[in-house]
Amino acid sequence: MVSAGLAVEALSFGYGHAIGEGVSFALAPGEVLCLLGPNGGGKTTLLKTVLGLIRALAGRVRVNDEDIAAWSPRRRALAFGYVPQSAPGQFSFTVAEMVLMGRSAHRGAFAAPSEHDRTVADAALAALGIAALAERDWLRVSGGERQLALIARALAQEPRILVLDEPTANLDFGNQVRVLAELKKLAGRGLAVVFATHHPEQAFACADRVALLHEGRLNLVGAPAEIITPETMRRVYGVEVDVVPVGDGRVKVCLPHSWR
Amino acid sequence: MLTALGIKSGAVPEAAATVIWQIRGPRILGAMLVGAALASAGGAYQGLFRNPLVSPDILGVSSGAALGAVLGIFLSLPVLGIEAMSFAGGLAAVALVYAVASAVTGRDTVLLLVLTGVVIGALLASGVALLKYLADPQNQLPAITFWLLGSLASFNREDLAVLAPTVLLALVPLALLRWRLDVMSLGDEEATALGVDVRLVRGAVVAGATLMTAAAVAVSGIVGWVGLLVPHLARLLVGPAFARLLPMTVVLGAAFLLAVDTAARMIGAVEIPLGVLTAIIGTPLFLFLLARGRRAAW
Repeated sequence: MVSAGLAVEALSFGYGHAIGEGVSFALAPGEVLCLLGPNGGGKTTLLKTVLGLIRALAGRVRVNDEDIAAWSPRRRALAFGYVPQSAPGQFSFTVAEMVLMGRSAHRGAFAAPSEHDRTVADAALAALGIAALAERDWLRVSGGERQLALIARALAQEPRILVLDEPTANLDFGNQVRVLAELKKLAGRGLAVVFATHHPEQAFACADRVALLHEGRLNLVGAPAEIITPETMRRVYGVEVDVVPVGDGRVKVCLPHSWR
Repeated sequence: MLTALGIKSGAVPEAAATVIWQIRGPRILGAMLVGAALASAGGAYQGLFRNPLVSPDILGVSSGAALGAVLGIFLSLPVLGIEAMSFAGGLAAVALVYAVASAVTGRDTVLLLVLTGVVIGALLASGVALLKYLADPQNQLPAITFWLLGSLASFNREDLAVLAPTVLLALVPLALLRWRLDVMSLGDEEATALGVDVRLVRGAVVAGATLMTAAAVAVSGIVGWVGLLVPHLARLLVGPAFARLLPMTVVLGAAFLLAVDTAARMIGAVEIPLGVLTAIIGTPLFLFLLARGRRAAW
């Protein structure tokens, strides 16, 4: 196997009992993997297990061929940036303070953020186009703005692998497009990106590969055009769709029959 | 401090010097230390437990300290013995809560800790009730009641000599981990994903906050509201970031309890119990903060 950025091998995951088994995939630096699957199918649990937030029931996760089971949270945080599904939290930190927390792993437990930390955090805000939100109250920005700020926080972590759990769930159409373009750009800079989504089209927009998590298995991993077909969509989501090529045919959209 | 104010001990009459050095001075410093300890412990706990309604006794430190003190009174121990029992009781209660919550393997450690704290706190409170029932109604029961109401009336230099270094020592982990505490307020999963060793940080912060609360409660009895109210006020002034919140809670807590203790001494012919007065002042102030809008308050 090629020296992958991230390799997941025969992973079983779940709280107590396995909700998914034998999940394997590998991701090289610069690649984007799109994780699809129905509600409650275990996408979030799988991502959290890869991150080490939930103990794997079996199997292993490797980063640059090294088993990360024994890694400290700090070492994991230097490898993985995580964008959780957005929750508002309890306290009115500013957006800038929240993004600055992404730098925690880069300094000792007692250390204050350095000038460099602030520069990196500001750059991350600017990269997502939300520099103007820096001094706004975290509890008062919109769900979409919070989502963008969480991505900025993960960027401020300067990780090698970026894991995003439904990063476009709260975003308006324009911001969805911008975030997907940003993911593609980050992969271009050498990051390995994994993101979960409910929109199959997003795979065509920026993913090199698609993984379909269905009934606890990751049977289908491959290029978007191979995986996203009327047959697989029917099997996984239980809906009849046409997968229609657009423009030069590289990008396709899923059109449900019931919409016709 | 007094010499800095231009007061030389030679320049004042002997009796006044005694009052300043033996009675008022220690009590003033005691009130400030107790206020600072309760307020900063409350601020740390509110971040740690992701809940702005948490007070320092959430893990049972006050209930444990109360049971210790009441047991000390019941056994007719000297004052120092009662204080030592109270201090030990506070530490033991939190250690027990922490051990029980750690032994249970569950998903939400924070919720487990809080629930265990509530349950064990209730158990300890029933122990206090039992001792009140068994206590001698002539001598012991009044002493128990006064202790539970909270007071600094008998605070002296010996108390100060123990309280001051304990509170300062306990502030060290909170001050060192001030940046990590902000991350802890995002919850265990996010904090872990950001590289924070949540078990270590939580252990160190709980140890510090418990130590200073137990020391404060041992000399003052139960003084409520400070640990809940002052962090709120501080957050209104400087925001939730703990690096600014901690010094603000220390200053505000010290000032608040000094003012309340002074009022307790001066309002009536008889000294009003401190815990009663903090509640009388604290309740309307807290309702005012609530009425100002939930989010603005924290």
